[in-house]
Amino acid sequence: MSTDIREFTEREYKYGFSTDLDTDIVPRGLSEDVIRLISGKKKEPAWLLDWRLEAYRKWTQKKEPRWQNVHYEPIDYQDISYYAAPKPKKSLASLDEVDPEVRAMFDKLGISLAEQERLSGVTVAVDAVVDSVSVATTFKKRLAEVGVIFCSFSEAVQNHSDLVQQYLGSVVSNQDNFFAALNAAVFTDGSFCYIPKGVQCPMELSTYFRINAADTGQFERTLIIAEEGASVSYLEGCTAPMRDKNQLHAAVVELVALKDAYIKYSTVQNWYPGDAQGQGGIYNFVTKRGLCAGSNSKISWTQVETGSAITWKYPGVILQGDGSVGEFYSVALTANYQQADTGSKMIHIGKNTTSSILSKTVSAGHGQSTYRGLVQVHDTAIGARNHTQCDSLLMGKDSGASTFPYVEVKHPSAKVEHEASTSKIGEDQLFYCRQRGIPEEDATAMIVNGFCREVFKELPMEFAVEAQRLLSVSLEGSIG
Amino acid sequence: MSLNPGTGLGQMVVPEPDGQPQWLQKIRRHSIQWVAQHGFPGRDDEDWKYTRIGPLLAIPFEPARASLPTSMSFSDLDSLVGNFGGPRLVFVNGFFNPEWSSLTQIPENLLVMALQTRLHQEEESNGRHLFPPPNNAFTALNSALTEDGAYIEVPANLRVTTPIHLVFIADAEADAPALLANPRSVVIAGANSHISLVESYIGLSPRLSLTNAVTELVLEQGAQVEHYTVQNESEAAIHLGLVEVHQQQDSRFYAHVVSLGSSLARHEVRVALAGEGAETQLQGLYMPRGKQHHSHVTTIDHQSPGCTSRELYKGVLEGRSRAVFKGQVIVRQGADRTDASQTNKNLLLSEGAEIDTRPQLEILADDVKCTHGAAVGQLDEDAVFYLRSRGIPDKEARDMLTYAFVTEMLESLALPALRTLLEHSVARQLSRESTGP
Repeated sequence: MSTDIREFTEREYKYGFSTDLDTDIVPRGLSEDVIRLISGKKKEPAWLLDWRLEAYRKWTQKKEPRWQNVHYEPIDYQDISYYAAPKPKKSLASLDEVDPEVRAMFDKLGISLAEQERLSGVTVAVDAVVDSVSVATTFKKRLAEVGVIFCSFSEAVQNHSDLVQQYLGSVVSNQDNFFAALNAAVFTDGSFCYIPKGVQCPMELSTYFRINAADTGQFERTLIIAEEGASVSYLEGCTAPMRDKNQLHAAVVELVALKDAYIKYSTVQNWYPGDAQGQGGIYNFVTKRGLCAGSNSKISWTQVETGSAITWKYPGVILQGDGSVGEFYSVALTANYQQADTGSKMIHIGKNTTSSILSKTVSAGHGQSTYRGLVQVHDTAIGARNHTQCDSLLMGKDSGASTFPYVEVKHPSAKVEHEASTSKIGEDQLFYCRQRGIPEEDATAMIVNGFCREVFKELPMEFAVEAQRLLSVSLEGSIG
Repeated sequence: MSLNPGTGLGQMVVPEPDGQPQWLQKIRRHSIQWVAQHGFPGRDDEDWKYTRIGPLLAIPFEPARASLPTSMSFSDLDSLVGNFGGPRLVFVNGFFNPEWSSLTQIPENLLVMALQTRLHQEEESNGRHLFPPPNNAFTALNSALTEDGAYIEVPANLRVTTPIHLVFIADAEADAPALLANPRSVVIAGANSHISLVESYIGLSPRLSLTNAVTELVLEQGAQVEHYTVQNESEAAIHLGLVEVHQQQDSRFYAHVVSLGSSLARHEVRVALAGEGAETQLQGLYMPRGKQHHSHVTTIDHQSPGCTSRELYKGVLEGRSRAVFKGQVIVRQGADRTDASQTNKNLLLSEGAEIDTRPQLEILADDVKCTHGAAVGQLDEDAVFYLRSRGIPDKEARDMLTYAFVTEMLESLALPALRTLLEHSVARQLSRESTGP
């Protein structure tokens, strides 16, 4: 076993290269002046600057949370640069003018910035975000034809200020928590997406996040609004270079689904996880929340978390509209010295709201995974229904898995169920496979894949392929 | 000496432990320091998250003194707490009451005495588990103030068939101040011994009181202990109980707790599975009504390989009551072949009632089989319909189904006399307030 674990810990992180981009970077440190500088660079309206400053003031009063089941050295918030952007050669008139180096970087990551169909019949529009800013958004024209707005956050602030002002902070306020307040104060870019009434978005929308610069934090913000009867499927992917210092990624994602709207949000998170000794890697401290504002709306989160030194997030849904539906599907893999404390929050407020949570965690090496979740049924939520299932798979004697669900029910008509199990891979299952001539490693990969299958099938096809591949790469040689 | 600045309980003046044996003085002083240093649990304390004790801390409690009960007479005792035919130790406000106790049927070699007698012996019992370090302010308070309780030592290989009954009465005269009682019991079950123990907490006085009870059990190799706790204090009472269990190799511990009374009750069980192959089973039933608050916190710490734990807690909530369950299962590194399962099921019967449940698994070994589950629901309407279609009135049908939900917990009780007593108590509790809004 130990040799296999060693092999595993030496696995390669293939996205670990860094690109030499000419970068506009502000000096380290955080103050009101830095926020004014960022806001000024982005030519933001006064209301947004005020909103940022309010967030900053609240942030300075907040204490960094300590209840989480992940451990890290204190972060020096004055030692981070809060703005880094690849210097544009000039303003872009079309996608063809994207800096060739940026384009080459994305090609290397396997993300094409050309407007082409990536898999037969599947079209994906991509918003590419490097460090703090969006560098390119594809298929904008085709989306505009049906009224879908898909652009970088900065662009939305300039061109759709009223929409941004209406919805920004409506789900995750600028003082929601320590990291959300920090994000609100310093966020630099992200994606904005608006699906008008009755429109089914004609293609998958996707944001690809890339941290490139060193000593920076990435603070992006995503806002998706689906008007009445609209629907959209949204994908998010992330990678970062190998650096021996930890980098902070504190993002905020807000989703708003109005009456009968449907938002599906999928994440394949593959930030640099740090090396075999737990050196370096990304701290992924993210606040993600959806609001089912209208009746019969639906928000579905799917996440595959294989990267980051520390993953700490609870994508949640506020089920306000009657009959609204919240879903959460998650696979979290921790290997080497990775840590994850992740799960979901389902807040039932409206009548006949339903939610389901399916969480699979795999811990290998010294990996520590925690499921933490909250299911809250308010006294107004007549007929609320939740089912939660959390399964943990342990591989290696130094790995660990914890499950901390919180169930709070205030209405007698609620039906809430939680079940969890933790075990290692069954010897009998392995034996069965080996007896049929399947090598142990392949058998293990097969069993792990089967363990995660229910979640993978929720992913859009292209992501499902990537997720399976990621998992098998991550598990290479890990088992014996 | 006062505990720490603040009002009420925090300001309580604790008597200097002068004149007591050296080892005890040391523990008393250390415990008071502990409270002063750590304070009482706040809202950010996970173990007390949904149990607000702020109002309780503002009450100026006074440590109780030895007295005779005034709110009940001796003849009521059998009907209130049952009679199991074995030795019975009665404590009033935390003090041993020899008149009401009967210590006649104690088998030879079995040591049963009031803790007070034990505390005034010069030596600490072979360095055994008297007063382990506190894990919260109330345990520390108990260590600092306790005057009495039961002290039981079961010699190796002794099998005691009739249960030992400990009765704790919270009592106060009509004009008495709010009284604080700190009973503490210690049970040491020697190797391969077998004993069963019933703790009954009752009170009829309408005066506010606080019972802050601690029971320590040590199970030596191969010992088996059955432990029953029935909490049926008056609805003016506050009850805080801790059962701390240390299990050595191949020992078996079976616990049942039933919570019926008190305005605010919190019952905590902490089990350390310290020896290989130990087994523990915890069962709990809580039935808060009206504005009662029942909280149950359990920790099962698998420290050694090959241990088994089973846990089932059930709750029935009515009125505007609130119940809290937190069950933690920890599997330490190296505790391979652990088999743990934990279930919490709740029946919410009326609007305004609230349940907060948190089953938790913390696993640091890989060769384990652990599961937990929690469910919140209501009576099956199909089953209600079935009964009603056969002419059974709605309320009766619902009571029948609720009773059926509860009886699973009573059927497993090995003491017939206790089972009968509880069946009556449970039926009375169910009919105490009408079902539904």
